[in-house]
Amino acid sequence: MFEDLLQTLGLGAFSLQGFGPLLLQGTWMTIKLSVLSLAVSVVLGLLGASAKLSSVALLRIPAQLYTTLIRGVPDLVLMLLIFYSLQTWLTSFTDYMEWEYIEINPFGAGVITLGFIYGAYFTETFRGAILAVHRGQLEAATAYGLTRRQRFRYVTFPQMMRFALPGIGNNWMVMLKATALVSIIGLADVVKAAQDAGKSTYQLFFFLVVAALIYLAITSASNFVLRRLETRYAAGVREAVR
Amino acid sequence: MIELLQEYWRPFLYSDGNHITGLAMTMWLLTASLCIGFVVSIPLSIARVSPNRWVRWPVQFYTYLFRGTPLYIQLLICYTGIYSLAAIRAQPVLDAFFRDAMNCTLLAFALNTCAYTTEIFAGAIRSMAHGEVEAAKAYGLSGWKLYAYVIMPSALRRSLPYYSNEVILMLHSTTVAFTATIPDILKVARDANSATFLTFQSFGIAALIYLTVTFALVGLFRLAERRWLAFLGPGH
Repeated sequence: MFEDLLQTLGLGAFSLQGFGPLLLQGTWMTIKLSVLSLAVSVVLGLLGASAKLSSVALLRIPAQLYTTLIRGVPDLVLMLLIFYSLQTWLTSFTDYMEWEYIEINPFGAGVITLGFIYGAYFTETFRGAILAVHRGQLEAATAYGLTRRQRFRYVTFPQMMRFALPGIGNNWMVMLKATALVSIIGLADVVKAAQDAGKSTYQLFFFLVVAALIYLAITSASNFVLRRLETRYAAGVREAVR
Repeated sequence: MIELLQEYWRPFLYSDGNHITGLAMTMWLLTASLCIGFVVSIPLSIARVSPNRWVRWPVQFYTYLFRGTPLYIQLLICYTGIYSLAAIRAQPVLDAFFRDAMNCTLLAFALNTCAYTTEIFAGAIRSMAHGEVEAAKAYGLSGWKLYAYVIMPSALRRSLPYYSNEVILMLHSTTVAFTATIPDILKVARDANSATFLTFQSFGIAALIYLTVTFALVGLFRLAERRWLAFLGPGH
């Protein structure tokens, strides 16, 4: 149907020898995966940053360990480690409980794995941004009688976003490019689609270049949006004029 | 766990008996690609800040392409993509070059790190203090002498913190080499995993080796920064 639609629109060249829909599905998978992982890692990052800045050592030390260990090990190694170990542990657990064999949904595992890895990078980004918010702001908020929750919601968070934005953008770009690795753990993303299409048509080079161009389009679009956001969050700051 | 270590410590570190593997292979991939990338990125970074747009644009386009796409796809293109072209296989020299997995991997890695390094150095050149360049010009330095004696020594020093980041990222990126059958640390871990089914332990050992190398590199760069960035004063 997709094929016919393209033909009638005179866009036959875009059907990519019938592999257009496959690549499109792969692209959608890549986008879904990276956006969901971003959400997971931002939440983990905020939690981690609060834990790292906490005065309670029981929160600070695990958070410190998390960021140091995760950022010191390559993402692909962690991906294989977490992804395969999750399955092994679950299998031995179900064996032990004499339940049926449960197979982990690779997509969910991919999101959790990527989110967990990049959560460590986001922790550092948010920690730096929270520290960059002027101390007097917090003191003023306390003097006005704001509770801890209100202080974070209305004072710290809006101001730290400006400092965090370049770091968030950077992490997003690195994470987006890291999603290309999920085809190694068996997810049907755009790289897998390109490889399959290339192998069955003997035009591997062409399809891999198409996959690269799809990534280039996504990274360029993100770059554009990030630059807009940066000017927006810098509103009212003299530095923005420069 | 003990058996795993007894059986696999040698391949994890340096050799499986016939080939260089594991840590030694990873370090070779890292140093070779970084050296090529460094040497090529110096002229490219100077071209990147050139006032002539016909010099600047091609370099900008190159860094845009290689920084905007994942290294894994670049490696796949170099390793499987290019060799699938009939025109390449028809040329004896190109055929011999692209048939070798190591050549393809090093080509992809060097091109990738060179693009990032070029942008780092170009940024450092752009942020040169105006007065420094003016003083050099007043002393009659111009052309390559200006770059060789004033701009590059200063720019390279100031890009050290960013360059150390790139080195760590590159170390982490070398892990994709196993997809091109290069026996690096991760490849050994995968072999150990499929032979023993000790998943967590096999990949855990690999993770520990990478962690150690990362810490060692961070320490080295900290020493280098103390030596070459001392003029930036306390706090750096």
